[in-house]
Amino acid sequence: MENMIEIRWHGRGGQGAKTASLLLADAAFNTGKYIQGFPEYGPERMGAPITAYNRISTSPIRLHSNIYEPDYVVVVDDTLLESVDVTAGLKESGAIIINTTRDADYLKSVLKGYKGAVYTIDARKISVDALGKYFPNTPMLAAIVKVSNIMSDEEFLEDMKGSFKHKFAKKPEVIEGNMKAIETALKEVKKI
Amino acid sequence: MGIRERLSGNEASAIAMKQINPDVVAAFPITPSTEIPQYFSTFVSNGDVDTEFVAVESEHSAMSACIGAEAAGGRAMTATSANGLSLMWEMIYVASSLRLPIVMSLVNRAVSGPLNIHNDHSDAMGIRDSGWIMLFSENNQEAYDNLIMAHRIAEHKDVRLPLAVCQDGFITSHSIENIELIEDEKVKEFVGTYKPEHYLLNRKEPIAIGPLDLQSYLFEHKYQQAEAMRAAKKVIADVSADFEKLTGRKYSFFEEYRLDDAEIAIVCMNSTAGTTKVVVDELREQGVKAGLLKVRVFRPFPAEEIAKALSHVKAVAVLDKSDSLNAAGGALFEDVTSGMYVNNVHVPTVNYVYGIGGRDTTAKDIHGVYSDLQEIVKSGKADNPYRYFGLRK
Repeated sequence: MENMIEIRWHGRGGQGAKTASLLLADAAFNTGKYIQGFPEYGPERMGAPITAYNRISTSPIRLHSNIYEPDYVVVVDDTLLESVDVTAGLKESGAIIINTTRDADYLKSVLKGYKGAVYTIDARKISVDALGKYFPNTPMLAAIVKVSNIMSDEEFLEDMKGSFKHKFAKKPEVIEGNMKAIETALKEVKKI
Repeated sequence: MGIRERLSGNEASAIAMKQINPDVVAAFPITPSTEIPQYFSTFVSNGDVDTEFVAVESEHSAMSACIGAEAAGGRAMTATSANGLSLMWEMIYVASSLRLPIVMSLVNRAVSGPLNIHNDHSDAMGIRDSGWIMLFSENNQEAYDNLIMAHRIAEHKDVRLPLAVCQDGFITSHSIENIELIEDEKVKEFVGTYKPEHYLLNRKEPIAIGPLDLQSYLFEHKYQQAEAMRAAKKVIADVSADFEKLTGRKYSFFEEYRLDDAEIAIVCMNSTAGTTKVVVDELREQGVKAGLLKVRVFRPFPAEEIAKALSHVKAVAVLDKSDSLNAAGGALFEDVTSGMYVNNVHVPTVNYVYGIGGRDTTAKDIHGVYSDLQEIVKSGKADNPYRYFGLRK
């Protein structure tokens, strides 16, 4: 059990948090890990708060419950910070990664005294610069890989290149932008 | 051996169906099983299978089309959940009484009402007395493996009964997990071709299927169904043994997890068994002799074998993910306890109804059950055998 990492994603319907959790599961699977990737299904509508989960382990995973004490939390949309208890159960030895441009004082005020590490990244800017559109999930995926150290940057980049080739087989023009978003995100995720 | 993959339970079930390549698949979409016919229809469009895919207008029609296809001499499959199964109800009994070995993937979900799309076992429990063989699956791997074994069991000449493979809606149907797939050609060889003895499209033997059956013979035909269900036990054991030779994965009527020297035991089905194994390991580290009996074959019910496997423990908790609303206890509890009673096994046994309508079942919940069992062993008393956990206070 010590070898298992548990991750909880908070996003809004339509932002790709579920897809990001599945991509993360894929990437970890490709490096030989045992994985789970599952969303918590509720009323599915654009903009509604959604939660998704990952378990990543070196041994088979048998637990089949939601995750209540995650090692890491990823917040894809910072407007959730005031309405969802994003640090609930989050281990202090772990970290929270937030897609935001808000300052440290604001984040401290909304994170209810969370004592673990807080990382931020401007996934909007990264996505718009690289893709011309706002898809926060790809930069956030890179950020969690970097912070959790599930795999090396090189392994991750190599794997994503492969999966984008497969995923975007019918629109290869977006592969380069997505790779650029990932490369930038790996560099720009910062601890505050 | 095998192919390392990561798939959801629904994807795994659809891929099993692709490898089986049945003659007919007839289905109507319903959450959480929708993805199975959805993926399968892609296989049909891509020419990966030569199945006749019938996009019917209701589940009643889905089961009717499967009945027609099987009666004609074909191999038919479908997938459904909850209210979809409810709408099939009339035809569910027709399928089993006509002895048609249809295979269904049943992705378990709460039957309305009130309306709920999430997991419990109320849909499966509704057909427990309908004459279908029912196999339960802890995870995507077991859902896949059970489907690969299904036709061999259902179509066996001593059985000829329809079969449902159950898995937990969303919890395993929509969770991506590691899985080991079997190579296409090995599945093809294992499943074999269907050679029905009697079928409508056989011009050399004109027969009628499904005529009126009144006082003179219906009883005997029902007795034959019961005989077939009893005979299914040996066939399930034989097919599972062959499957183990193929894959190395061992399947019995039930899985005994650290049960042989256990003092307290939980009996449950589907995904909860995985969570329970984690708790058993944690308790064992603390010196608590906890064990698990995970029921795989729910119909036919291995009453004698279960009673024997539980005979040495000091207290048992049976977990039901469906409330029978009978003021006496859940369906699995009743089967387990009556099996114990008639086989002279008298161990204090309690029932917990849990996880209704998708209420999450946590390791903490399972720890609570084992701790209640320890209390029962200590006090020697099991007051109120009909209990709940996970219910809001």
